[in-house]
Amino acid sequence: MPYTFHLDIVSAEEEIFSGTVDMLVANGELGELGISPGHAPLLTSLKPGPVKVTKHGGDEEFYYVSGGMLEVQPHVVTVLADTAVRADDVDEAAAIEAQKAAEQALHDQSSEIEYSKAAAELAEAAAQLRTLQAIRRKAGK
Amino acid sequence: MAGAKEIRTKIGSIKNTQKITSAMEMVAASKMRKAQDRMAATRPYAKRIRSVIGHLAHGNTEYQHAFMNEREVKRVGFIVVSTDRGLCGGLNINLFKQALNAMKQWSDQGVEIELCLIGSKAHSFFKRYGGKVVAKVSGLGDAPQVSDLIGAVKVMLDGYNKGNIDRLFMAQNDFVNTMTQKPDVSQLLPIVPSEDDELKHHWDYIYEPDAKALLEVLLTRYIESQVYQGVVDNLACEQAARMVAMKAASDNAGDLIDELQLVYNKARQTAITQELSEIVAGAAAV
Repeated sequence: MPYTFHLDIVSAEEEIFSGTVDMLVANGELGELGISPGHAPLLTSLKPGPVKVTKHGGDEEFYYVSGGMLEVQPHVVTVLADTAVRADDVDEAAAIEAQKAAEQALHDQSSEIEYSKAAAELAEAAAQLRTLQAIRRKAGK
Repeated sequence: MAGAKEIRTKIGSIKNTQKITSAMEMVAASKMRKAQDRMAATRPYAKRIRSVIGHLAHGNTEYQHAFMNEREVKRVGFIVVSTDRGLCGGLNINLFKQALNAMKQWSDQGVEIELCLIGSKAHSFFKRYGGKVVAKVSGLGDAPQVSDLIGAVKVMLDGYNKGNIDRLFMAQNDFVNTMTQKPDVSQLLPIVPSEDDELKHHWDYIYEPDAKALLEVLLTRYIESQVYQGVVDNLACEQAARMVAMKAASDNAGDLIDELQLVYNKARQTAITQELSEIVAGAAAV
């Protein structure tokens, strides 16, 4: 029975964490989940929020991810983290923006897109705040 | 001493140009190192996501995603990754030539082409050359982010899902080393299965929420990461090409200065000799 597993947290832009850990807690699509050594193989998408890593030896570290994927294999766990805020409307807005740039037309963005972008940014800010609070709580105790 | 002053001014102006080009060379060298680091940093993500997709695809053979299916080609999409700024030698032109070759092969078969342009050089080139541009991003700077590319990539992926395009290619420069950058056109969609996709897994995942939804997200991320990688690669190429081009420019400026200095010295000497012989001739006449 293994007591630790190898964890990689990578984003498209850089490698964020790589090392041996005791436990991982993340915000899954269907709720918070903790991964201990020997967890069954699992693939899930992640919601924006903190990822808590308990390193071998007991040190805890927090990382913020704005979504992504969590993959659990028998001895290796990978977090494929998103670095950008992802929401369908925001993606759509970005796509429209790219098309508009192609047309070289400088129209004002419609307020609807602005609103959904603001909402997604708010959700992101709230999630970041939760990460900070978790770190502070850990530092305070 | 008619030409001497002109030559001196000319030498001065070439020296100034040389200062600028050698400064640009040094800036490009340091930026290139950073770009190379960034290039290396993107590798693990693409590798991991590729192996997860390979795994998923093998585990769920009954469900075939559109991104993995070949279909009859009526229209193709090209993502052309270029630089935002010039002064980097033939980097962009070589790439455009390669891309146009690939496009010509399709248009000869009566296939229409849609373009997605990254970088302002591609934009100005295809504005002159012509072509149906459906999306454009530029001004990515020295540290491009995935979020800058999501929109443009989504336009192409949506086009693929809706059947506007049946194949998607990306043209970008591959960074071989500082001296060599190779223009390359590669196929993004449908995803070409590679040999190193592992087949040896005997276990299946628990999926949350379900395999289909996850595969959809993963494939989109994968394509995005491929394009991002292309952009970062191209950035390293740009800096390397600029470094080489600027080094050549500085060297040429040095050669030019040497030559002009020689001409200047000769002119100066001729003037002195002439003046002396005039004085001597004058003294002899008295």
